[in-house]
Amino acid sequence: MSQYINPSDLTTILPAIVLTVWACALLVADLFIPHERKGWTAVLAALGLVVSLDITLIQAGGTSTGFKGMVTLDGFSTFLNALLLVSGLFGVALAYGYVRRMGLERGEYYTLLLFSVVGMMLMVQASDLIVVFIALELLSIPLYVLAALNVRQIESEEAGLKYFLLGSFSTGFLVYGIALIFGATGSTSYSGIVTAASAGTSSLLLTIGAALLLVGFGFKVAAVPFHMWTPDVYQGAPTSVTAFMSSGAKIAGFAALLRVFALAFPTLTADLTPILAALAALTMIGGNLIAVSQTNIKRLLAYSSIAHAGYILMAFVPYGNPQVMPVSVAAGLFYLVAYAVTNFGAWGVVIALEKQGGKGLEISDYAGLFWKNRPLALAMTVFMLSLIGFPPTIGMVGKFYLFRAVIDGGFVWLAIVGVVTSLISAYYYLRVVVNMFMQEGEPQTGSEFWVNFTWGLTALMTIIISFVPQPLFAWASSAVLRLF
Amino acid sequence: MVDISYYILLSAVLFTIGAVGVLVRRNPLIIFMSVELMLNAANLAFVSFASMHGSLDGQIFVFFVMTVAAAEVAVGLALIVQIFKSRHSINVDEMNSLKG
Repeated sequence: MSQYINPSDLTTILPAIVLTVWACALLVADLFIPHERKGWTAVLAALGLVVSLDITLIQAGGTSTGFKGMVTLDGFSTFLNALLLVSGLFGVALAYGYVRRMGLERGEYYTLLLFSVVGMMLMVQASDLIVVFIALELLSIPLYVLAALNVRQIESEEAGLKYFLLGSFSTGFLVYGIALIFGATGSTSYSGIVTAASAGTSSLLLTIGAALLLVGFGFKVAAVPFHMWTPDVYQGAPTSVTAFMSSGAKIAGFAALLRVFALAFPTLTADLTPILAALAALTMIGGNLIAVSQTNIKRLLAYSSIAHAGYILMAFVPYGNPQVMPVSVAAGLFYLVAYAVTNFGAWGVVIALEKQGGKGLEISDYAGLFWKNRPLALAMTVFMLSLIGFPPTIGMVGKFYLFRAVIDGGFVWLAIVGVVTSLISAYYYLRVVVNMFMQEGEPQTGSEFWVNFTWGLTALMTIIISFVPQPLFAWASSAVLRLF
Repeated sequence: MVDISYYILLSAVLFTIGAVGVLVRRNPLIIFMSVELMLNAANLAFVSFASMHGSLDGQIFVFFVMTVAAAEVAVGLALIVQIFKSRHSINVDEMNSLKG
């Protein structure tokens, strides 16, 4: 094409490019869709996600770098991009009926969602801190808007503002961290950083930069002590948005965190491993303990999502140990899938019970659900068991792989913290189940096809994958092997 | 020629002022200005380091940071205006409808 851009640069991020163009076209097409037919925008958005997913899967197995090594296409990015695109599809499916019922049906919803997915995909593929920064903002800014989308509801506005202020605060840390890393190494690309760091130049500056970077990512994935915004934002935002961002933003944040740490900071393991381990332990303990006292299902799931950030973070603790690293990261990827599937299902059930004006969101509103709507109550039971890590669910298999990897890495105490906090979590997850089966109540459930489809499909996946986890784990392992 | 470490020191001071401002101020506009101060502190660090290393990467990064900050302002001010319309106040202490 020219000396600046090769065709191979473009094919490296082709799924993201296609989705960007599609989202821009959708913004224009949406103008011509009459207000009572906004469902078509959702269908078109889903189609764009499917096209991008197709391209991602066609590219599977290929490896290349583009734009002078700023973005990478490899097994790791294929695996996570596929997961992100499927998350986007679930996000659209959950929003389809929900936004109409809540009176927020707008075409921009789906465009913003697509842009956010593009940001997440670029974050997975980034191999330069400049791309990480831009991708992070591309994923965050649409989410700020989506969180505040329900402008008639004061909670939604508040959630949007809190998310925005704390999100940009964390961006400040991230950017300053990148500045210090650039100062220490003279480069922002992972390969440049690792070359300079191995030569042993000014490692204190590099360590402080890496720590600030960790703070920035910690905010994004909602790790304790950077989690304060999570419950408020998850509760105030429209539930379909919460479902999407609790999975998508977490996947993207962890992917970028992993790539940065494994590829750019292998020389800093002595300093960073204890920090990561402490962060993982704090997040598991904090998230699970505060969740115990929650009565609102959205807040409960928000704290549950914080706690799960801790479990996933555990997989990255032994990142400096080359023997354990591949298995441990594969376990982390598997757990991300398990978390995303279970999470979308649980939020789907929440959406099925939610009423106008934020009603139907207390745990007591789930009383007697089993006697009103058996499939829904059974699905919710499956999700709760999976979040605890109880067989036969994907959450149990995920935790098994995770704890095994952490013990192999020599962090037995961390695995013990994980097991103990899982036991604590059983208390509040089972409270929901007990409410559904043993209390009297008259819960009203909606019956929107795509919401039912989402919780039905994810419930089936939660159980089926737990019986045949090997193919998925093998895919995750091969994705990690090609990372290095 | 001023030594490069002074610029870095200044940027660290600015960054700290910004971070403290976010934590202690109660008006979202001021909080937002403090965030901008943090980003600009990073910009200053980038430019100084770029001249120290003789590499243009840092200068390029500054352009990206400024562009993204502008995009953030657009979203953030829209949110603040919307909240002011519905509550006639933007004090963050009064934003307590979500807690637990």
